[in-house]
Amino acid sequence: MGHFATFADFLQMGKHGLYVWLSYGLAFAIFAYNIVSVALAKRQFFNKAKRQARREQSES
Amino acid sequence: MKIKLPQWFYQLASPRWFYEFSGKLLPWFAIAAFVLLITGSVWGLAFAPEDYQQGNSFRIIYVHVPASILAQSCYMLMAIAGAIGLIWKMKMAHIVAKSCATFGASIAVMSLATGAIWGKPTWGAWWVWDARLTAMLVLFFLYVGVIALHSAFENTQSADKASAVLSLVGLVNIPIIKYSVEWWNTLHQGATFKVTEKPAMPPEMWIPLLIMVLGFYCFFAVILMQRARIEVLQREKKASWVQEIIQQSL
Repeated sequence: MGHFATFADFLQMGKHGLYVWLSYGLAFAIFAYNIVSVALAKRQFFNKAKRQARREQSES
Repeated sequence: MKIKLPQWFYQLASPRWFYEFSGKLLPWFAIAAFVLLITGSVWGLAFAPEDYQQGNSFRIIYVHVPASILAQSCYMLMAIAGAIGLIWKMKMAHIVAKSCATFGASIAVMSLATGAIWGKPTWGAWWVWDARLTAMLVLFFLYVGVIALHSAFENTQSADKASAVLSLVGLVNIPIIKYSVEWWNTLHQGATFKVTEKPAMPPEMWIPLLIMVLGFYCFFAVILMQRARIEVLQREKKASWVQEIIQQSL
C-alpha cells in the first residue's frame, strides 16, 4: 500500500513514528476541540433562550 | 466625499442576512473540509515519498505548514475586519473579528506544537529562540491578548473597539513572521510555497500539501461562520427574527 510495504512499517514511520503520530494526533485534537466548543456554545445559547422564553410565558 | 460601496458590502453588514446566507453555505464548506482533510492526510501520510534528508518526520509538514499559514491569514482577517468595524461602524465586522480570535489562538498552538515536535528529530531540540519561532509565539500571545482584552470590557462596543485597535497594532508582526527566514540567519527552512516560484519539492509531495491547505481553510470557514452565527444570535437576541428562531427551536 502506497509508500510503505506493510502496515507495521506505516505505523513505525522509520524511526519517526512517535513524532509523526503525535503531530497528527494533536492536530486532530485541536480540530475536535473547535467542533465541540462551537456545538456546546450553540446548545448553551438555545438552552438559555428557551428557559427565558418559558419564564416570560409563565409570567404573562 | 462619500465612497459608494457595492451592494453586497451593505448586505453583508446585516446580521440577519449573514445568518441566513451562512446557513446555506455551511454544509458545502463542511463537506469540502472533510473530503479535503481526509484525502490530504491519507495521501501525505501513506502515499507521499519520504524526504531524502528528513525521512518520514517530514510528513509533519502536512499539518504544520497549513496550520502556520492559516494562523497568519486568520490574524489578517481579524485585523481587517476590526478596521472595517472601526471605520464603518459595522456590527457584523466586529462579530467576525471576535470569532477569529479563539480559532486563531488554537491554530497558532497547532503550528507551534507541531513545529516543536518536528524540531526534535530534525534540529535535535524542541524549541530554539529563533526569529521565525519567536515571531510565531508573539502571534499566539497577540491572539490571547485580543481574547483577554475583549473579555475585560462589560460593554460590547468598547470591547470591540479596543480589540480592533490591538489587532491592528499587532498586524506589524505578520511581515516579520513572513520575512524572518530571510532577514535573519535561522534554523527554520524557507517558505514551502511562493507565489513567484515553483515549489522546490516534487508534485507528489506538494499536491497533498496544497489539498491540506485548502482543507484547513474550509474548516476555518466552517468554524468561523458557526462562531459568528452564535455571536449574531447573542447580540441580536431581542430582534424579532431571532425570537422566531428561538420559538421554532422550542
